[in-house]
Amino acid sequence: MVDRKGVEKAARGLQAAWAKAPSPRQLAAKAEFPLRAPTVPLTVEPPKPEQKLLGGYDSAWARKLPARYARFFATEGLMRPIIAGLAQPERRGLDRLADLEGAAIFAANHHSHLDAGLLITSLPEPHRHQVFAAAAADYFFDTRVKATASALVLNAIPIERTKVGRRSADQAAELLDDGWSMVIFPEGGRSPDGWGHPFRGGAAYLAIRCGVPVVPVHLAGTGRILPKGKSRPTPGRTVVTFGDPILPAEGERSQALAERIERAVAALADEATSDWYAARRRAAAGETPTLTGPQAGAWRRTWELTANRKKPSTTSKRWPEL
Amino acid sequence: MPRPGFVLDVDKSTPPVLFHHGEGFRLEKLPADRSRVIYPGEPLEPLDDVNAAIQEALLNPVGDSQPLPSLLTPGMKLTIAFDDVSLPLPPMKRPDIRQRVIEAVLDMAAAAGVDDVHLIAALALHRRMTEDELRHAVGDRVYDAFAPHGALYNHDAEDPDNLAFLGTTKHGEEVEINKRAAESDLLVYVNINIVSMDGGHKSTATGLASYRSIKHHHNVHTMQHSKSFMDRHSSELHHSNWRMGKVIKDAGVKVFQIETTINNDTFGQEGAMSVLAKREWEWSAKDRVAFVGMQQGLKRLSSSTRRKIFQSHRAPYGVTSVTAGEIEAVHEITLQHCFDQHLVEVEGQTDILTMGLPYICPYNVNSIMNPILVMCLGLGYFFNMYRGKPLVREGGVLIMTHPTPWEFHPVHHPSYIDFFEQVLSETTDPKVIEATYEQQFAEDEWYRHLYRTSYAYHGVHPFYMWYWGSHALQHLGRVIIVGGDVRAVKRLGFKSASTLQDAFEMAEDVVGPRPTITHLKNPPIVMADVK
Repeated sequence: MVDRKGVEKAARGLQAAWAKAPSPRQLAAKAEFPLRAPTVPLTVEPPKPEQKLLGGYDSAWARKLPARYARFFATEGLMRPIIAGLAQPERRGLDRLADLEGAAIFAANHHSHLDAGLLITSLPEPHRHQVFAAAAADYFFDTRVKATASALVLNAIPIERTKVGRRSADQAAELLDDGWSMVIFPEGGRSPDGWGHPFRGGAAYLAIRCGVPVVPVHLAGTGRILPKGKSRPTPGRTVVTFGDPILPAEGERSQALAERIERAVAALADEATSDWYAARRRAAAGETPTLTGPQAGAWRRTWELTANRKKPSTTSKRWPEL
Repeated sequence: MPRPGFVLDVDKSTPPVLFHHGEGFRLEKLPADRSRVIYPGEPLEPLDDVNAAIQEALLNPVGDSQPLPSLLTPGMKLTIAFDDVSLPLPPMKRPDIRQRVIEAVLDMAAAAGVDDVHLIAALALHRRMTEDELRHAVGDRVYDAFAPHGALYNHDAEDPDNLAFLGTTKHGEEVEINKRAAESDLLVYVNINIVSMDGGHKSTATGLASYRSIKHHHNVHTMQHSKSFMDRHSSELHHSNWRMGKVIKDAGVKVFQIETTINNDTFGQEGAMSVLAKREWEWSAKDRVAFVGMQQGLKRLSSSTRRKIFQSHRAPYGVTSVTAGEIEAVHEITLQHCFDQHLVEVEGQTDILTMGLPYICPYNVNSIMNPILVMCLGLGYFFNMYRGKPLVREGGVLIMTHPTPWEFHPVHHPSYIDFFEQVLSETTDPKVIEATYEQQFAEDEWYRHLYRTSYAYHGVHPFYMWYWGSHALQHLGRVIIVGGDVRAVKRLGFKSASTLQDAFEMAEDVVGPRPTITHLKNPPIVMADVK
C-alpha cells in the first residue's frame, strides 16, 4: 500500500522546488555573453548584418529539383488558370519562335504585376519551365516571405535597380550560360501612367555577354487589369505579342542593342493596336509611335493613350462602391 | 578590404573580451572607462598567384644581386637553408611557402645543371626536425629527392667538423657557422617572416651558427638593451647579428636571401576556430554556439587530448609577399609588409598590461608549453610586441592568463626540467643565472648528445628563454598569472591569481588605485606602435 503521507510530502516538495526554479524568462535575463548576443561598444559602429535579403538573397534553392516540381504545379495548376480567368490572354507571334533554340531573353514592356505571370504562362515550351525572372530586389526581395514566394513561383533572381550590381549580372549570365531563359522588363519598373519608360541596357548587356537572342514581347491590357497603385484586379482582356528574336550584331554595344529592342517592342505595340502590315509600314517609315508617349503634360499623355484604345474598359460597374 | 587593427576604449557596452588560456579560452570583462583593447588587423589580401610572385622575386631580385638563374652554374656548390619548425606559428597548411620557394629554386638549379645541392634546416640550438616536420616544410618531392642521399638534414651547432670559423666582429663577437653553408658557392636562404624579429642577417648569423657564436647576442645584456627585439633598429640583438652578417659577407659567403611574409589568417574564415579571430561584438549566433560548444568540449577532455587537437591545427595563412636578393634590401621590404599587417598605433603607456597566452610558442610545436616557455612567450615575445616604448609603464604590472602546467616534454626539453628544478629554485635573476649556471648547462655532454642525436633543445636553450624575458623582468613591477598552476607560477617568481579581478586588485598594490589597463589581443599577431 502506498504511503499517502509520503506521496503528499513528495508532491509538496516538488511544488516547492518548481516554485523556486527560475522561469525561462528569468534564465534568459540572467544569461550573459556568449549565451546571449553581445552588446556593441559605444565607440564602435555596429557591424552591418550580412545581407540575406534584397540583392544578397540567394535563390539557388529555387532551381533545385523539388522547387522545380513545385513550380511546375504552381505554374500549370494555379498561375495559368488564374491568368486565363483574369487576363484572357490572346497570344500572337508564337510562330516567330519556331526556330528558337536554347536560352533566350524575353524582354517585355511593363505595366502591372500580372506581367511576369502572363508572360511566363505565355511562353512556349521548353522555355516556360526553364525560365527565370529578373525581379526588382527592393520590391520582390525586401522580406523573407516575398523573396521566398518570388523565388519559388517565378524562379526570380534579385536585380538591383538603384545601383549597378555585378552580382546580379554575374548570376543572370551564369544561368543563361546554363541554358535557362530569362524574363526581364527592361524599363526597370511598372508604368505609372500607362506609357512606358526608356529601356535600360541590362537585357542587351546580357545578350551580348552570353551570346543569346533577345525576344521582344509586347504586353497589352495588363495595365487596365491591375495598374500600379491598385491591389484588386479588374478582369479584362490582354494581348501578348512575340516578335522576331534579335541577335546582337558583331561588335554591337549594349546601348545600341537596347534601343533596337525598344524599337522592336514599340513596333509590336503598334501591331497590337493596329495591324501587322500598317505597323510594318510605319516602322519602315520610321514613324512607329514610341512606347514612352508624347513629351507633354499629364492630361495630354492620358488623352493620347486612351485615343489608341480599341474598346472601352470591360468593367460592368458604373458607380463606385461606397 | 581588410580592416586594420585598432584600439578599443572599453565602455559599459563592451562585451567580455576573449583571452587565450593555453589550450582553452576565457571571456573577461574589463573595467569600463579605464581599459582599452588592442585588436589585430584583419588578414591582408594575399597574393593572387604565389608561384608567379616567387618567379618574379627570383628573376628580379632587389639590392645588389643578380637574378638567381645567373648565379647558378654547373659544377657549383649550392646550399639551400630554410627556417625550422619554429616558424610559422601555428604551422601553415600545405603547401608550406618554404616548399613552394625551394621547389622554384631547385627548378632553376636543375635547369642550370647544378648537381651538388644540400638543404639544411637552419635550427640553431633548437631541436632537430623530424621527418614529418621536414616533409611538411619542404614537401615530399624535395624530401624524397635529397634526404635519402644525406643532402637534406638538420644543422648541427655542436659538430666541430662541420662548423667554419669566419672571424670576429669589431665588438669581438666570434662568427662560426655551418661549414657547408660557408663553403658553398651560393647560399640561398628561404625564410618565413612571421614577425619583424625574423629574417635579415639573423637568418644566417643565428640560424646556421654554433653556440660559440650565438652566445654573443643571446645573453642578458643584449636582451636588456633590445627595446624591443621586434624593432630591428632599436634591437641590440639585431645590431649584433648585422655585425656578424658583415663578417660573413667579408669572408666571401654569397647569400641570396628569399624572405616571405604571411597574413593574419591564423584561424581561418570557417570552422569552430574562426571565432577566435573575430571581434566579440561581431560574434554571430553561430559563432557563439561554436564557442560555447568548444569550451564545453575542451573542459571534458584530458590535457593531452586538448594539446593534440590544438597542435594539429594548420593555419590557412595567405602569402603577402615574396622578396629575394641582397639581404638588407630584401629585409627592409619584408619588414614593411610585416608592419602593414601587425602594427597598430597606440597612444601612451598603461599601468597594467594584460595578455592571454595561447597554446603555442616557437619552441613547443608538437610539444608541451612548459612554465619556462610560458614566461618566454609572455615576457619575451608578447611584451616585446612594441615599437617605441613598452606598452606598460616602467614599474607597471603584467597580467597573463595561462594554465602554466608543471609539465615538460622529456624528449624535447630535458635541460628545461633541470633548469626549472635546479636553477629557478635558487634564483630567478637572469644575471645571476647567466653567471652561475649557463656554462655548466651549455657544455653538458649529455644535453649535447641529446641535442645532436635525439630531438632535444640544446642544453643552454632554457637560459635563452629566461634571457628573452629579461628586458620585461627589468621593466615590470610585478607579473601575475591568472589560472596557472600555483606552484609552477611561484617557481617562476610570479604571483598567482585565480581570477582576473583578483589579479587587478593585486596589481593595485603595485600601481595604485584605478589603474589604466591595456589588453593586447594576440593572436592573431598585433604589434603596438606606442607613441
